[in-house]
Amino acid sequence: MTALLPRRGLAQILALIVILAVDRAVSPQFFDLRLQDGRLFGSLIDVLNRGTPVALLSLGMVLVIATRGIDLSVGAVMAISGAIAASLADSHGLPIVLAAALGAGLLCGLWNGFLVSVLGMQPIVATLILMVAGRGIAQLITEGRIVTFSSPDLVWLGNGAVLGVPVPVAIALGMLILTGAVVRGSALGLLIEATGGNARASELAGVGTRAMIMAVYVWCSICAALAGVIAAADIMGADANNAGLWLELDAILAVVIGGTSLFGGRFSLVLAVLGALIIQTMNTGILLSGYPPEFNLLVKAVVVLAVLLLQSPKLSGFGSIVARLRRTKA
Amino acid sequence: MRGLPPVLITAIVLVAGFALCAVQFPNIASTRVVGNLLTDNAFLGIVAIGMTFVIISGGIDLSVGSVIGFTTVFVALAIERWGVPPLVAFVAVLALSAAFGAAMGAVIHVFDLPPFIVTLAGMFLARGASFLLSTESVPITAPIYSTVSDFALRLPGGGRLTAIAIIMLVIVLGGALLLHLTRFGANVYALGGSRSTASLMGVAVGKMTVKIYMLSSLLAGIAGIVFSFYTSAGYSLSAVGVELDTIAAVVIGGTLLTGGQGSVIGTFLGVLIQGLIQTYINFDGTLSSWWTKIATGVLLFAFIALQQGLVALARRPVARSAGAAS
Repeated sequence: MTALLPRRGLAQILALIVILAVDRAVSPQFFDLRLQDGRLFGSLIDVLNRGTPVALLSLGMVLVIATRGIDLSVGAVMAISGAIAASLADSHGLPIVLAAALGAGLLCGLWNGFLVSVLGMQPIVATLILMVAGRGIAQLITEGRIVTFSSPDLVWLGNGAVLGVPVPVAIALGMLILTGAVVRGSALGLLIEATGGNARASELAGVGTRAMIMAVYVWCSICAALAGVIAAADIMGADANNAGLWLELDAILAVVIGGTSLFGGRFSLVLAVLGALIIQTMNTGILLSGYPPEFNLLVKAVVVLAVLLLQSPKLSGFGSIVARLRRTKA
Repeated sequence: MRGLPPVLITAIVLVAGFALCAVQFPNIASTRVVGNLLTDNAFLGIVAIGMTFVIISGGIDLSVGSVIGFTTVFVALAIERWGVPPLVAFVAVLALSAAFGAAMGAVIHVFDLPPFIVTLAGMFLARGASFLLSTESVPITAPIYSTVSDFALRLPGGGRLTAIAIIMLVIVLGGALLLHLTRFGANVYALGGSRSTASLMGVAVGKMTVKIYMLSSLLAGIAGIVFSFYTSAGYSLSAVGVELDTIAAVVIGGTLLTGGQGSVIGTFLGVLIQGLIQTYINFDGTLSSWWTKIATGVLLFAFIALQQGLVALARRPVARSAGAAS
């Protein structure tokens, strides 16, 4: 249970290596990297770059799921923040654009958090409201059009590079380190896990469960807003209908692949991000191998089922055998 | 407030909404518009009935939209490409969807997994399978399709009650009888109230779970066939996001998302409210379609908040502080 590289991440790392090997087999130049105009290019960088939105979403989602919650609204929040960023980009500076987009994310998070922690709604229901209405709000902002922009600052956020690394990847890495430092550098992570393990017992033990729940939904929406800005910057426009569509499902999938239990009580940030990368590596591999992208959904379905069966309480006997084997090997 | 059942509130909202619309646009209050309302929302109504059973039993089914998409593609390909007689194709696709639902129910029960995530996998699976069959829209030209589309009962005032609207009404009626009058229906409520209590009372929880998800997928299959009648085509991207509309309709209809309470009639009214919002926006002409989503979201919030209030009132004497036990 150490902060950054728990031992239980072995299965995920092995899975990533296997998928990378398969990708290498279908596309021999998969690991090629080259530096051009001060930015790295190559399939690997592409995986990281395209995986960024889901990785960011999974950073917030993993904390929500750790409290036994779920946030279905992240895709809609992405659409809202992307719409705001795109509408303001050509008339305002980058700091104002970012502040407005992330501020909208903060409001969405407060709304979700209010419904779950103060009104005591089931998380899946509470966030369903914003999931349905959010896309409508995003379309209200863009007035139903696809808003494009040319502000070089915002474009840089999606397509620029820092020390050769694409900016989105750098941002995701920064957010991972920031989130990790905050929740694992303090007792916060433990308190979140306690809330998910047994909210009532934690409350009686003096944990501010309401504040914890509020905080994770706010953080989740802020991560989603950031992902929305990056997605909009990447395509230099905001499409309220399609921005972040179904990404909430990918984010949940990434968290589940990362071994975080949907029953709450434990989580790993690094493994959730690794889960996002596994999904993206699969997607890229399917594209490179020349199969139609429609196979993505089938592959994802099989992966979800496999991971679920491994997580199933009924099969925990099997899981503990695996854990014992791993321990004797180590 | 306490004596007012949620269904009654839904009915009042529907009548009041309809009256408001009729005041602004007198033409709305015609059998023509009402007939179209029923036709346009026939598939939504059918699939929402199945969802009502699932949600009352304490579960959720996210796969219904994908099952509709799969059904339309399968039916279109079977009739047009493989030369299967339409009725055989219908039976085959309904058997497939029922088996699919039964499999999801079995996985949920046997492995004790959250329905949310199992049906999410089912959603990917069904959508992926329909993509594999065909990514293009396949038009259906079989004669039975034009016969069914042309068939309609004339209503006084020039309205038409189409065949698919009649199918929907029959299923609503059948669903209501099944839920409210049979042992199966009583078991559905028992399961939603408390699984362990239901099990101790002698309900075969496993069998019930399988049957409930089978029913939901079967109705989604029927909705898919109805949808193919409605559009005369099969398309793998049809009915994307319908699961959300369906859940919204069920909740607006007064069914408790935690399970144990709800009614088929309420769901039917919920579907009509969503249809009414859409009709109003069409009549207005200046409002854009995204207002439907916002209005649905607002209604969802209002009804869930109301339920939350009712539940809190009911629990008050027992436990004063429910806390954040969600």
